[in-house]
Formats: sequence, structure tokens, C-alpha cells
Amino acid sequence: MTAIQITRVEKSYKALKALGGVSLSIEEGEFFGLLGPNGAGKTTLISTIAGLIRPDAGSVAIHGHDVVTDFRAARKMLGVVPQELVFDPFFTVRETLRLQSGYFGLKNNDKWIDEVMDNLDLTGKADVNMRALSGGMKRRVLVAQALVHKPPVIVLDEPTAGVDVELRQGLWKFISRLNREGHTVVLTTHYLEEAQAMCQRVAMLRAGKVVALDTMSALIRRISGSQLIVHLASGALPEGLRHLVVQDDDPNDKKFCLRVNEYAEVEQILAALRGAGVVIDEMQLQQADLEDIFMQIMDGGAL
Amino acid sequence: MNFISVGFQTLLYKESLRFWKVATQTVAAPILTAMLYLLVFGHVLEGKVEVYPGVSYTAFLIPGLVMMSVLQNAFANASSSLIQSKITGNLVFILLTPLSHREIIGAYVLASVVRGVVVGAGVFLVTVWFARLSFVAPLWIIVFVLLGAAILGTMGLIAGIWAEKFDQLAAFQNFLIMPATFLSGVFYSIKSLPPFWQAVSHANPFFYMIDGFRHGFFGQSDISPWISLAIVSAFFVVLATIAVNLLKRGYNLRH
Repeated sequence: MTAIQITRVEKSYKALKALGGVSLSIEEGEFFGLLGPNGAGKTTLISTIAGLIRPDAGSVAIHGHDVVTDFRAARKMLGVVPQELVFDPFFTVRETLRLQSGYFGLKNNDKWIDEVMDNLDLTGKADVNMRALSGGMKRRVLVAQALVHKPPVIVLDEPTAGVDVELRQGLWKFISRLNREGHTVVLTTHYLEEAQAMCQRVAMLRAGKVVALDTMSALIRRISGSQLIVHLASGALPEGLRHLVVQDDDPNDKKFCLRVNEYAEVEQILAALRGAGVVIDEMQLQQADLEDIFMQIMDGGAL
Repeated sequence: MNFISVGFQTLLYKESLRFWKVATQTVAAPILTAMLYLLVFGHVLEGKVEVYPGVSYTAFLIPGLVMMSVLQNAFANASSSLIQSKITGNLVFILLTPLSHREIIGAYVLASVVRGVVVGAGVFLVTVWFARLSFVAPLWIIVFVLLGAAILGTMGLIAGIWAEKFDQLAAFQNFLIMPATFLSGVFYSIKSLPPFWQAVSHANPFFYMIDGFRHGFFGQSDISPWISLAIVSAFFVVLATIAVNLLKRGYNLRH
């Protein structure tokens, strides 16, 4: 089943086109990444999914419920962690979570609230006023608020911005568990290594349009392959391997960076080096990562 | 409208708890202000003005002050809660929920009624000792206090949705609510005004709320409480329709 169906969504703010006809289909149980530089339209898209922004054209449905015309059913399915660090200064952590449960129609939800607080390491702060919490702790409460009604679809808009390593690890452990239990997760983050580690599929936005959409592994494979870095102890690089060189800035002409599209090519390169009597001093296989792809796409590179 | 849904109850509880947690500012301060009005105006005008036959000026003033406090605090509750939530950004916690437009309006307005009634009861309790009050028609007292508070709660909701900055809300409060309450006959009977200002007062819906409320105490009023009830009810329906419409459109809330 489709968890989030985004169909040709457009949104403009005066002359600025924030979303220029975005279509995406996110399946139930997916861990989906929404990436792009600042101003690409990620938060506008998430706000449209959450019903905080009304699109000029197009539609969004959560588990088949339109977020505008059938907003009550759609919002019950959705838990959103906003990017801004917002809180209500009148209440404690526990009061905040009980109120949020109540808004979703849940009256006696303390068992789940305790579990969420425990997983986010908030139990010790349960009766502390929100004003007295550190930024990281407030961020944890925001995550907890989004989860109080056990939404089948969880949207996290840069949930780890400005938080320490401990929270990141704890948060990802908890979110991964929820994903394994069947919750769909949509994540935006500027930490590309997080997206690479967590997401099965990624969409990249640039200037309000989807410029890349694929599984993480296919995206990495499609862009630039891997690189084999060799440091020669003696001998020279055979002419037959020159066309593979992607980086050659060693003044001694001993260190080369060679493009490798498939692992089988490594053996062919080594055989060619042996055949030319070259002795290798040091060798390293470096895989392309999401950052390489991101930079290539955001620089306007074609896929 | 599902008035007993858990969502509605929770928002009502939250909005009531919000003002109760700062009761010094939201309850005690307006009671003190009303008390000062009574002491100053009562001292200066007692014995010099008789608005209704057999009713002292202080006795006349007390219901007016009670109602003025009810109205101003009902307005303040919804409007200040909304503008604070909008400016600090935590309104998102309401906007992300499946609460219906009517549940949201109902909860904000009812919480405003609660605050208005709590402050009004407080003002009554501290001022009632200064004059002999009668309670000729208590049902009118209840009807007008609830309806007046609901109207001002709805106005507060509309103002809170409309305003984007604190000073816009302050302008609404100082240039509309405050003059309308002061010029509604809290301190005087509009019959003591020149004909032109009497006519102007008849265009002020606040006048009917206070006049009808006062009728419940003395059995006397500037106009029939039934006419006041009809005008006040119509005013409430108009405001509630505007509020529902604003929320449906997401005006200034969902961009």
C-alpha cells in the first residue's frame, strides 16, 4: 500500500516557486530520505504533507486520505517532527505528551508515553518544565510528541540538527525499531551519512523539483562507481590503465586514483600492473558515497 | 459537533490550565483592577447619582464591573493564547492534530468562558459587600454572562487568528474592545447621555450584554432583556460563522 502519495504538488510564494510539480510515491514500511540544499523545497513539501501549507495545485494523500479534504483521517496517520525547536512553556514534559495524546483522541496513554520517554532518555525529565530543558532535550520531546499516537507514517524534518551523538544514536535506534515494526519513515537531513545509513530510497530536490529518485544502492552505483587508489613502489603505470585515471596530482607520478565500476575490474587492474612489473606499495578501495552523488547532482550534473 | 470528544476535552483542559498556571496575572490582577474602579467611582459618585429608582450607584456599578471583567478576560484568554502560540511556533502542535474546526473553536471559546466566569465570580465576591444587591431574575444573569463571555471568547479567537504581531492584537484590544466595553453603560445608564450618543450606544453590542445582565439583578434595564438577548444571540452567530470560516480557510494559520 502507498503510505504517502504526492501528485504534481505546486506551491509558490509570490515570485518564488517553492515546489514545481513534485510527484512522489512512498510505500508502506519504507525508510525514505528527502535530500537537498537549503531552499530546495524539503520543508515546504513536508509542511504540505502535514497540512500546514495548502498547495496551489496537486494533492497529497496519507494512506489514501487526502490531507485537505479528508484531513482528520490523514492526520491520525501522521506524526511530524518539525524542524523548528518549538515548545509550550506552560507545561512539563509529561503534561506536553499527555496533551498531545489527547488531541489525537487517546486518553489513557501513559504506558506508551513512558515507553517513548524511556527510549528517548526523557524519563528523568518527565516532570521538568519545558523551559528548563536544554536544546537537545527539547528536540527529544518534539520527537516524542510526534510518536504519542503511534502514527503509521513518521516524518522527521532534520531531527538531529544541533544534537549530540548520544541522542542521534538513541534516536536512530528507536526510529529503526519503529521502521522494522512497519512504520513508514520519511527523513530530511543535512547529514548525508545518516541518510546513507538509514534510508532505503532517496529523493533529491533542487529548486522545488525532484532531480533524483532511486534506491540508495542504485543511486550510488549509477553515479560514479568506486575508486582504487594505488601507490607504486617501483615501475610506471601501464598505458592501458591511463584511461581509468580520475586523479593524478602526485608530482612523483607514483600515486594514482583509478575508476572502478565493478569489483571484478580490480583483479584486471592488478593483473595489468603485475604484467607490467609494477610493485605496489599501498592500495585502497574507496567507495563512492552519497555526498559525491549529492554534490554531483546539486552542481547540475545529469543522471 | 462532537463536544465530548477526547480531543475537544483535551484542548479545553489545556487552555484552562494555561491561564490557571498564571492565575496571579490572569485572575487576581483583573479582580484587583475592578475593585479599584469600584472604590474610586463608588466613593466619588455614591449618593450623587441614582440611575434606577431605589438602586444605589455602587449597587448599579457592581454588575457592570462584573460583566466588564468577564468580557475583557474572555477576550484576553483566546486571543493571548493564540498569538503567543503563533509567535512562539507551538501552535503547530494543534495544527498537526485531527481536531476539527468546530472542536478547536469550541475549546478555545469555552476556555475563555471559564476564565471570564472565574474572574467575574471573583470580582463579584470582593465587591458584593459594598452594596445591597438584589437578584430579581437570576436566569438572565446566567444567560448574559455565558453568552457575553462566549462572544468575547470568539472575538478573541478571531483577533488571535488575524493578528500576526503582539501590537496588532494590542490595537484590537485597546481601540476596539476597551472603548466598546467602557462605552457600553458599565459606569452609567445610556439614558443619561445626549440623544446622539444614545443612538451610538445602541449600535454597540456590548451595551446589550451589560444591560441584559444588569436586568437580572434589578429587574430594570434600559431596554427589554428579550431584545438584548435577540441582538446578542445574532451577534454571536455572526462571529461564530466568521470564526468557522477563518479556520476552514486556514486564514493566517495554514499558508
